[in-house]
Amino acid sequence: MALLELRGVSKRFGGLQALTRVSMELEEGKIVSLIGPNGAGKTTLFNTLTGIYRPDEGEMRFLDRSLVGLKPERITSAGISRTFQNIRLFSHMTVLDNVLVGMHARLKTSLPAILLSLQGVHEKEKGAQHRAMELIELTGLSGRENEWAHQLSYGEQRRLEIARALAAEPKLLLLDEPTAGMNTSEAQSLMTLFKALLGRYVKAILLIEHNMRVVMGISDCVHVLDYGEKIAEGRPEEVRHDPRVIEAYLGQGSWVEHARS
Amino acid sequence: MKSVGVTIGLLAAILSSFLLAIWFPQSLFAFLLFEASLIAIYYSSIQRKVKLWLGALVLLWLMPILGFINGYYLEVAIQIGIFVALALGLNIVVGFVGLLNLGFVAFYAIGAYLWAIFGSPQANQFIAGGLFPLSPNWFFVFLLLSIVVGALTGTLLGLPVLRLRGDYLAIVTLGFAEVVRALVNNLDKPVNLTNGPRGISPITKPPLFFQPVLEFIGVKFSEAQLYPLYFYFLILLMVCVIVLVTRRLEDSRIGRAWKAIREDEVAAAAMGVPVVRMKLLGFAVGASFASAVGVLFGAKQVFINPESFTFMESIGVLAMVILGGMGSIPGAVLGATGVTVLNLQLLKGLSLWLNGLRQSGAVLSLPLLGSYPLSQLPAQFEPAKYERMVFGLILILMMIFRPQGILPPRREPRK
Repeated sequence: MALLELRGVSKRFGGLQALTRVSMELEEGKIVSLIGPNGAGKTTLFNTLTGIYRPDEGEMRFLDRSLVGLKPERITSAGISRTFQNIRLFSHMTVLDNVLVGMHARLKTSLPAILLSLQGVHEKEKGAQHRAMELIELTGLSGRENEWAHQLSYGEQRRLEIARALAAEPKLLLLDEPTAGMNTSEAQSLMTLFKALLGRYVKAILLIEHNMRVVMGISDCVHVLDYGEKIAEGRPEEVRHDPRVIEAYLGQGSWVEHARS
Repeated sequence: MKSVGVTIGLLAAILSSFLLAIWFPQSLFAFLLFEASLIAIYYSSIQRKVKLWLGALVLLWLMPILGFINGYYLEVAIQIGIFVALALGLNIVVGFVGLLNLGFVAFYAIGAYLWAIFGSPQANQFIAGGLFPLSPNWFFVFLLLSIVVGALTGTLLGLPVLRLRGDYLAIVTLGFAEVVRALVNNLDKPVNLTNGPRGISPITKPPLFFQPVLEFIGVKFSEAQLYPLYFYFLILLMVCVIVLVTRRLEDSRIGRAWKAIREDEVAAAAMGVPVVRMKLLGFAVGASFASAVGVLFGAKQVFINPESFTFMESIGVLAMVILGGMGSIPGAVLGATGVTVLNLQLLKGLSLWLNGLRQSGAVLSLPLLGSYPLSQLPAQFEPAKYERMVFGLILILMMIFRPQGILPPRREPRK
């Protein structure tokens, strides 16, 4: 059974057709990439999937449960969490608190218990902090936990976003251009991290990526979007040679033939 | 060893400023020094336990003695307490959740009128039977009730405006406060609920349930002496509870969710924070603080009217939160204390001094411009008018040189 299943998902913004009947399946244990030229609708698909937008038509099922119409926080509780293309950390909170926010839904402490400072609250807080520190270590941010999020370097902020997303204990992790703006070695170490996450922390990863080295390096399957439509799907090497994909990226014409040869 | 030295030094500073304030009961300076000793305690590098003991010494023992000698000091302390509680409430909404609220005083008014109406003969106007005013013992019931009513009205205001952010929300809250004020101003007809602009009086004071105990141990206080002390301890207790509640919330998942919403609402929702519920909770908690303080304010003043709940009050409390440092509990406390002391003591002192100069017939002689007798100063330059101007200047300078406030939130390493 597929972990995530999209059937004919469409999204319009006024006259702009951002997504046209996009269908895809995502199985457990897989790293799947979503690629496409700028403006192809990749991030829109993420936003639709995480409840920021509501699809105009189509069905989205996660673990055989419909996601259509659910609020973002419900979708997170259901087991999907994400990072953002343009880093959206809680700048004036510490690194540790950023990760702890990700645990909000899992940390079941009630208002009266907090006000009365019951014993259970302390234990749960301790447990959450312990787990948060684990994730901070996993993403290579040890020793920075008490700094403001905005004091981190760009690469560290991207890592913190991943740690925060993991804190929600997702089954499916959505990564929106996680290696954007990183150099080769930084990207390499992130790839290693993603592979390590699979199975232990998450069941599957769906990532949007422009860095082809990363896409080709870790994907089990690649989906290609262009103008809101899915134009190809398959193993990385298949997709790479798909004429429609090449056309989407490079356009049509004799010089394309030239480039291909 | 070092901390022992610091403790002794602090004790010496506290006691000397205390004695100074006793010897010169009229001296503003001595009292300010005494107040400053509290800040010194907060900033000193000693153990938390020692700090708490020193703070308790000042607040629970020395301050009441001082207030007994000069009643005005106690009045100032009560005012400070009221504003500290209000600032802490607003700090939750503005500082933690990041929702600009320009009408916070509405909740304060709701609390004050809640007790004023039922704690005075006013309620007889619309409930037959001559049951009112309620007995003083009901004060505490209404204090609890005001928390519920405040939370409810906070939620009610929150519900329709949750979609709004920033400037739009600020305008709506401003409107809400004006609606509340217009309501209390006009609800004297057709049914006289609030007695309109004439206000409500006399409002029942809280019960002196401890009087038998005092008599038993042989302490004799007149009611006029006892009530200020009583209100002082009540507001002190209230502030302590509010600080404790705020601290616990801040360090919990709720406080983190609030701050996450402040920083980035979309990201907060994507991390599983129920944004709507958390915003409502923030509104409710802040409003319930203000409303509870309102009950106490009404009982202390004995008389209230809509004039006490103007837009300027909301702005004043907001200025306290911003000056102190948004999102910081010590900041809100210090901001409220600072602004209240400034308004009640420093600026009043300044205008008294200037007035004194004027009446003494002092002559201002400026080089080149010649001399000018101050007594001929036109009415437009009356010293009382400088109060607001100096306050405004301080606000401007603060925002230029320290926009994050006096005590911005710190990143405290967790234990």
